[in-house]
Amino acid sequence: MKPIIRIENLSKQYRLGTVGTGTLRNDLKRWWCRIRGLEDPFLKIGETNIRSCKGESEYVWALKDINLEVNKGEVLGIIGKNGAGKSTLLKILSRVTGPTTGRIDYNGRIGSLLEVGTGFHPELTGRENIFLNGAILGMTKAEIHGKLDEIIDFSGCERYIDTPVKRYSSGMMVRLGFAVAAHLEPEILVVDEVLAVGDAEFQKKAIGKMQDVSKNEGRTVLFVSHNMASVKNLCTKGVLFENGRLKMLDAVDKVIDAYLMVQTDRSSVYCPDDNIVKRIEARQIRDRIQMSLIYESPSTVKQPSFGFVIYDNYDSPITGTNPLQAGVTDFGPPRKTGRVDVLLSSPCLANGTYPVSVWFHDGNAFGNHVFKMEKCLYLKVYEMNHSQISVNPAAVGHIVPECSWSFKESQPEINLESGNR
Amino acid sequence: MTQINFTNAILPRDKLLSLRLKEIWRYRDLVVLFVRRDFVAKYKQTILGPAWFFIQPMLQTAIFTVVFSGMANLPTDNIPPILFYLAGVTAWNYFAQCLRSTSNTFSQNAHLFGKVYFPRAVSPISVIISNLIQFGIGMLLFVLFYAYFALKGYPVRPNIVLLLLPLIIILMGVMGLGLGMLISAMTTKYRDLQYLVDFGVQLLMYATPVILPLSAVPEKYKFVMVFNPMTGIIETFKYGFFGLGTMQWMLLVYSVIFTVIVFLVGLIIFNRTEKNFMDTV
Repeated sequence: MKPIIRIENLSKQYRLGTVGTGTLRNDLKRWWCRIRGLEDPFLKIGETNIRSCKGESEYVWALKDINLEVNKGEVLGIIGKNGAGKSTLLKILSRVTGPTTGRIDYNGRIGSLLEVGTGFHPELTGRENIFLNGAILGMTKAEIHGKLDEIIDFSGCERYIDTPVKRYSSGMMVRLGFAVAAHLEPEILVVDEVLAVGDAEFQKKAIGKMQDVSKNEGRTVLFVSHNMASVKNLCTKGVLFENGRLKMLDAVDKVIDAYLMVQTDRSSVYCPDDNIVKRIEARQIRDRIQMSLIYESPSTVKQPSFGFVIYDNYDSPITGTNPLQAGVTDFGPPRKTGRVDVLLSSPCLANGTYPVSVWFHDGNAFGNHVFKMEKCLYLKVYEMNHSQISVNPAAVGHIVPECSWSFKESQPEINLESGNR
Repeated sequence: MTQINFTNAILPRDKLLSLRLKEIWRYRDLVVLFVRRDFVAKYKQTILGPAWFFIQPMLQTAIFTVVFSGMANLPTDNIPPILFYLAGVTAWNYFAQCLRSTSNTFSQNAHLFGKVYFPRAVSPISVIISNLIQFGIGMLLFVLFYAYFALKGYPVRPNIVLLLLPLIIILMGVMGLGLGMLISAMTTKYRDLQYLVDFGVQLLMYATPVILPLSAVPEKYKFVMVFNPMTGIIETFKYGFFGLGTMQWMLLVYSVIFTVIVFLVGLIIFNRTEKNFMDTV
């Protein structure tokens, strides 16, 4: 495999706060140092980019010492929390902004798709905008001409193609924009979370197109997304960013797992004072899952209904229920404060961390006062099935089946081949 | 790491002097499309449409004629005032429009430049070309008036200097472009200059022989006009059409030198700025 992109010691420094007179002073200082042939004094300072903490310096490193090689034909998923430096890297790659230090070497053209339909003009028709957008993305007029029919067909907006795009629905605009971008033919394609918009059918189409581009045409794709399902679907390799540094580079499944681990250290939550629900907890007790909820209500609760849904890492629900659905009739005497415990003996889950959404309401007064927290908890599961061999849940699913096996000698009359004759 | 030869590189800083004309040429289709977009977008949903190209210089000329010639009795070198002012206004507006609309390139296009890369100079260049079309229509109006007055027997005759007209048009466009790129590069961080441009252009007009012919300016103040690189251009423009006074070659040479320098410096600084302007704009 030949590397097509090589990133060496790449760093990007940003200045926080507003641009004011302080900036002018620093600019002059920087300029004076450069004239004397000294190093830029502001490159020595600067802190790692941790969004939530208060820092000392007004300079931060959005990216710090990134080294990375991407091979030809690889689809690299870039993941990380907000502010980890993913988009900064894409911006530098697509030359929207320059690096502070370090360098990137690459072969061929880099086409970037940080936004769909960049430069669309509302007054121009769909057809005119295809040309405009295509040219902005680096295609020549002749190239666009050659693919015009394909683009229109892919967008599915044929009927509206000679109507100004200001009359388009937002979804149609996205379709048209993506259709143009999908027909770009750079050796390297850089894609930010553009698939988040558009309907399900179109997302599927877009992902399919990107797979096609990488697998069949051997082009390299760098893809940023928070949607782990599409990263997993699309990418062969993953890279995890944390606070502006590259933390991990590995097969995409491993990187996704590591990323979700980083996020998920909550197995219980305390709710703010003004809520009825005070505390929720989800944990594994040997081969069972226990969830509990403590409530304090100003009025008595007759049917404390505690509902939950357990999700997998790709945001698909695995299972969920509530007492009403389960047919519970005995809720005990009405109380103002209380605790609901639920013990799940099935399903048996594979090792991993599972987000949990929670609802709570009085079963009699449905819709009256529903408490709802989505994916507020993370249920950690470890060796629930007593198996020594751990399998990859991304490959075989999250539920470990309960089954009995039998192994015997085969009987001749059961043999299907002889029975058919 | 294996040793591979890469063809392209992204570096913190480019070579000091790079004009990148080749890259801009590669994006020529985009220039054409931008010009088209500006043209279509500008007059969509207006009733008069492209007629505005005529209305604006006509009104300006009418006001100048009434105020400066009618009321203030300023001389116009024996040329009919309407024609004299229209010539000045047509030429000057082209330059002014070029300067004004390129000087805010970065702040105007921030949303676009922040999402995708193309040589940023494509943007001001396309603006210059769409202004050129506007100027062409303005010239049509001027030529109509010119023919009318010439036929009525006024002493306006074109002469050999008129052959320099293409050069003059290019000079005005390129000077506006150069200055505009320079200003737009400088205003990405500090916006002060941008406010200066709007009325600065207006003030500059009074230091250019648009209203007052150079010959009518008192000796004491003449150096201001001579110092202004637009003077040579406007004077040559008028001399070519009207053939009055003398041709001031030195002024024109000065304008040419100034234009070349300001364009090169403007383009280099503009190209250097485009790399990191997104962080400061």
